Amino acid sequence: MQQSPEPAIRVIGLGKTYRIGLSGDRPTTAVEAALRKMRNPVRKGSHTLFDALDDLTFDVPWGEAMGIIGRNGAGKSTLLKVLTRITAPSRGRIELNGRIGSLLEVGTGFHPELTGRENIYLNGSLLGMTRKEIQRRFDEIVDFAGVATFLDTPVKRYSSGMYVRLAFSVAAHLETEILAIDEVLAVGDAEFQAKSLAKMRDVAKDGRTVLFVSHQAQTVAALCTSAVFLDRGHLAYHGPVAGAFDLYRDSFEKFSLEQKDSSTRPGTGELRARSVEMGADHFEPAGEKTIHISLDANPEMVGKYFVSCHINDLNGSVLIQCDSRVVGGWYDPTRTQEVTLTVRTPWLKPGRYTVDLYVCKNGILDSWEGAVGFEVLPHNPYPELAGDEALTRGLVLGDFHYKNG
Amino acid sequence: MPTTVITPPGRVSMPNLRELWQAREVLYQFGMRDVVLRYRQTAVGIIWVLLQPLVSAGIFSIVFGSVAQLSSDGVNYFVFSFVGMLAWNLFNNIITRSTNSIVSSQAMISKVYFPRMLVPMSGILSVLLDFAIALGLGFVLLLIYGINPGWPVLLLPIWVALLVLLAAGIGLAASAVMVKYRDVAYVVPWMLQTLLFASPVAYAVPKDLQTLYNLNPLTWFLELFRYSLVGLPAPEPWKIAAAVAVSVVVFVGGAFAFQQFEREFADVI
Repeated sequence: MQQSPEPAIRVIGLGKTYRIGLSGDRPTTAVEAALRKMRNPVRKGSHTLFDALDDLTFDVPWGEAMGIIGRNGAGKSTLLKVLTRITAPSRGRIELNGRIGSLLEVGTGFHPELTGRENIYLNGSLLGMTRKEIQRRFDEIVDFAGVATFLDTPVKRYSSGMYVRLAFSVAAHLETEILAIDEVLAVGDAEFQAKSLAKMRDVAKDGRTVLFVSHQAQTVAALCTSAVFLDRGHLAYHGPVAGAFDLYRDSFEKFSLEQKDSSTRPGTGELRARSVEMGADHFEPAGEKTIHISLDANPEMVGKYFVSCHINDLNGSVLIQCDSRVVGGWYDPTRTQEVTLTVRTPWLKPGRYTVDLYVCKNGILDSWEGAVGFEVLPHNPYPELAGDEALTRGLVLGDFHYKNG
Repeated sequence: MPTTVITPPGRVSMPNLRELWQAREVLYQFGMRDVVLRYRQTAVGIIWVLLQPLVSAGIFSIVFGSVAQLSSDGVNYFVFSFVGMLAWNLFNNIITRSTNSIVSSQAMISKVYFPRMLVPMSGILSVLLDFAIALGLGFVLLLIYGINPGWPVLLLPIWVALLVLLAAGIGLAASAVMVKYRDVAYVVPWMLQTLLFASPVAYAVPKDLQTLYNLNPLTWFLELFRYSLVGLPAPEPWKIAAAVAVSVVVFVGGAFAFQQFEREFADVI
């Protein structure tokens, strides 16, 4: 592929501001809008401004696969939408030195009544391919998706796996110089995910440029050569992937401090957790982990509630979900409760973990992300020692043994 | 390699013709989708396209021709109102189809970029196909009733093109406004229904109300259609000039209005 000396993408002072209505929503009917104007002819409508993106400046060189990471609401998806021209920026300038293809959702424009073949053409053209390009790559697309026998069946009769594979396959065969992807790899079975990842890596090797938004550290680490970290619309970091994830982890800790104040937490607030404490500061990998939860009372609440603890690793992946319902844990809201959760398996790898606590009845009463953190000591729980590579692959450690014969 | 520069929308933005041309494949694919979907899983498919104007024309000839005894300028009432329905359906269907098009494709619009104008425009293709089929039936009717329109029939494509422009202009503007204000979904059908009875679709222009009727652009188009299809006398030259002017102005105005709204679609929809 011919390469120009210019970077693939140049972003200068980019900003995107949304107007958020203060008094309820913005008018959705003309009459409502007119009425508001009549009541307040002078005031220019009551709204606040929200900067989803503010003053972003960066270049993306050719052949780079750049990850975009950040907490929820940091502006990752907005950035991708602005770059792919779905929505217009409010300030600044973007230069794209090539066609940009976007994959923000699998199967955009797929119509259930159309056959696989028809959808390939419809979706392909929507993503910016010409008919010739689609024809040339048609067999590859079908092969990759593995739906050859169902080409003339309406996609509404496809299994969800087939549907997703076909949709991804069309997008993966885009020949645009720049490709923007939003977490769509998290679809399909493991085998297809691996295939998709490999495909994406090939794209970057071709000298094309890939932008990739994801929460999953492993995917970003596997796919990307650099990363940006967005913090509330600001560019907090642009550089190697590892550095971006250090910041990502720090931001979790900052966030958990803010969550200590129960009034700022999401949830209906009918009943809140008072405190969440670990039984100890640190644990052995194979040891029991205990979590003490104190819950407030609400005498006016009717019916019992339950709690659910999520144990997350530092990259935000939920490792264990401990829902009290599955072990018969229902609690009476009329008096305060002291609950102790004990987790015996799986063994946890050495490192830091965070615990999210959810108090629920019909909806979520209290959502306390990052309620508490704990450390697992760097000890080997297994009887024998081996190199690091013997332990690094899994997310958790298992209690297993091998037997001869 | 082409460089695309993205900047905040200016005060006035013009439709990007080069981009529209490059995306013509999308227009074709949307059009095909509409056509295919209409005839798939319907038992008699094409019959519906023929039946609808036939039945309307039949009812109009009974109600207006036989019961109310309105004039059809000496032409067989059934053929007269069938030709009226041809023009009316073309106009009405383009507006109806395009008005809802943007809002009903909101999933697509918030997920992928392509020139948004293609969405309302693509509906026109399938309406034109329906029109062509119904027009074929119209010619059969002319044969049956022994009506020879003569050479003015050659001018029909021009009137069709002008009417399409007029309807597309209205449809473009309505579809864009509907993104912000859903009122449009209620107002447009109501206005169209009023217009159907206020235009000489199913009856000839009453002699004593001629001035009033002449203010309605649809009157000009209906007269032009009947001039080209059933051999009625040509309308006055000013009507032809006005039809051209109004169609072009409305289309350009509609496209322009659409463009002003386009860039905030994904944020508002």
